[in-house]
Amino acid sequence: MNPISRRRLITTGIAAAAGASGLTAAGRLVSRYGLIPPDRCGFYGPGETLTYAAQRILTAHSLAREFPRSMISKKPFANLTAAPTDAFRRLEAGGFSNWRLTVDGMVAHPLNLSLADLRALPFSSQITEVVCEEGWSYIAEWIGTPLSEVLRAAGMLPQVRYIVYYSFEKGVWDSLDMADALHSQTLLTWGMNDGDLPVPFGGPLRMRVPRQLGYKSLKHIVHLTATDSLKKFGQGLGSVEPEYGYAWYAGI
Amino acid sequence: MPASPTNKSLPPRHTATVRVTHWLTVVCFLALLLSGGEIVISHPRFYWGEVGNVNTRPLFTLPIPSSRETVPTGYGYVMPDQNGWSRYLHFQAAWALVLTGLVYAAVGLFTGHFRKDLIPPPSQRSWRAFRGRIAQYLRRAPPDPSESRAYNILQRTAYLTVIFVLFPLVIWTGLALSPAFDSAFPAAVNLLGGRQSARTLHFFVSWALVLFLVTHIAMVALSGFTNRMRAMITGRLIESRKIEQEERS
Repeated sequence: MNPISRRRLITTGIAAAAGASGLTAAGRLVSRYGLIPPDRCGFYGPGETLTYAAQRILTAHSLAREFPRSMISKKPFANLTAAPTDAFRRLEAGGFSNWRLTVDGMVAHPLNLSLADLRALPFSSQITEVVCEEGWSYIAEWIGTPLSEVLRAAGMLPQVRYIVYYSFEKGVWDSLDMADALHSQTLLTWGMNDGDLPVPFGGPLRMRVPRQLGYKSLKHIVHLTATDSLKKFGQGLGSVEPEYGYAWYAGI
Repeated sequence: MPASPTNKSLPPRHTATVRVTHWLTVVCFLALLLSGGEIVISHPRFYWGEVGNVNTRPLFTLPIPSSRETVPTGYGYVMPDQNGWSRYLHFQAAWALVLTGLVYAAVGLFTGHFRKDLIPPPSQRSWRAFRGRIAQYLRRAPPDPSESRAYNILQRTAYLTVIFVLFPLVIWTGLALSPAFDSAFPAAVNLLGGRQSARTLHFFVSWALVLFLVTHIAMVALSGFTNRMRAMITGRLIESRKIEQEERS
């Protein structure tokens, strides 16, 4: 066996030192810029973290594709939803006039908004595609109040890092990082294709996150919480999906 | 007496980089194939254009049951939902495959692997050489002795196609399925004719890779399974050991 040459030893040493310091610097960078997803643990953590970090860097200011009105799907597919509870039926019978969106957590002014209050805030519309992780898709026009407007109205504190959102359906909740929560296309949607948002499509209020797959666009939204950490929510994985084996980040 | 490593020996049939990246690719590809097939089961219908769902007419439908009750398959049952881990595994294996491919491509360029081993030598860049080698296979004539240490024209063409056409295409069509990626690079999906076209193409390119895999394994089996596997695992062929023994004696 050849003895290890001095040059080789020095080169290897320098390479190892550069590698180690590179890793440390990279570690600091990723946690500073929020490139680590809450479901980073376990066997699939490395792949999930790479996907989330890469997409966060690439899509920092990008807009989801919008389509011409002529491409709106004639027969959109609503997908299955749980059978409405009696409480939901009562709200529906009242024209959802008693529907409330509560906004709490790290905000200066917690809110309790009716749909009319929401509609009084600045709103916008977009013609975007709903993309299901199963493979199907459809295009619709979505009209709603940008989540950022609601957070501004509530006086969100600067240390907030995630917005947790809850469906009327028990146990259904999710969260967004600030890149998506403050994104101009993230809408608390109350209208679809020039009408009220139908219940099968998430009415009266749906979170639309067009840069992520459909399962992040929860239906029947009733509650938002601003937080600086997801540890206290559920199993601390960022949403209920990872508890069923699905990734928290659904940009792909 | 054990062979001493100071003896003059032939270079390995495949370099260590080629062997390690080959087997990493095998593991990643099988993981992608398994998880990809699983994801297809949740919607075994394919479309062309931008949108497609159970309310639109499919381009074609796979005659298999689905893991979603919303998909009309004609089967009276619904398969269990396995998409959660399948999606995690698909993207983890994709990352591992892309990183492996980058190492392979960088080392391949640096060491001249593509130039020496894969790009056909000028003497073979003709349809005649191509047809000749096909005819030789069809006659089941034994390979030329040179083929134990170098790829023939058909192998070179197949490997170059897989490395520089099919893998880039499957990565492109896969990335086009990401709504976030498309927001940054809309051309990635628009050039393919829309999201559902990208999904259908992803499916077909995957089948082309499976076709290569099956052919590749069949050819390995026909040309001496043990010897070929030994060459791709240890780098050494039986005949190179024989030559070394002869040189020593």
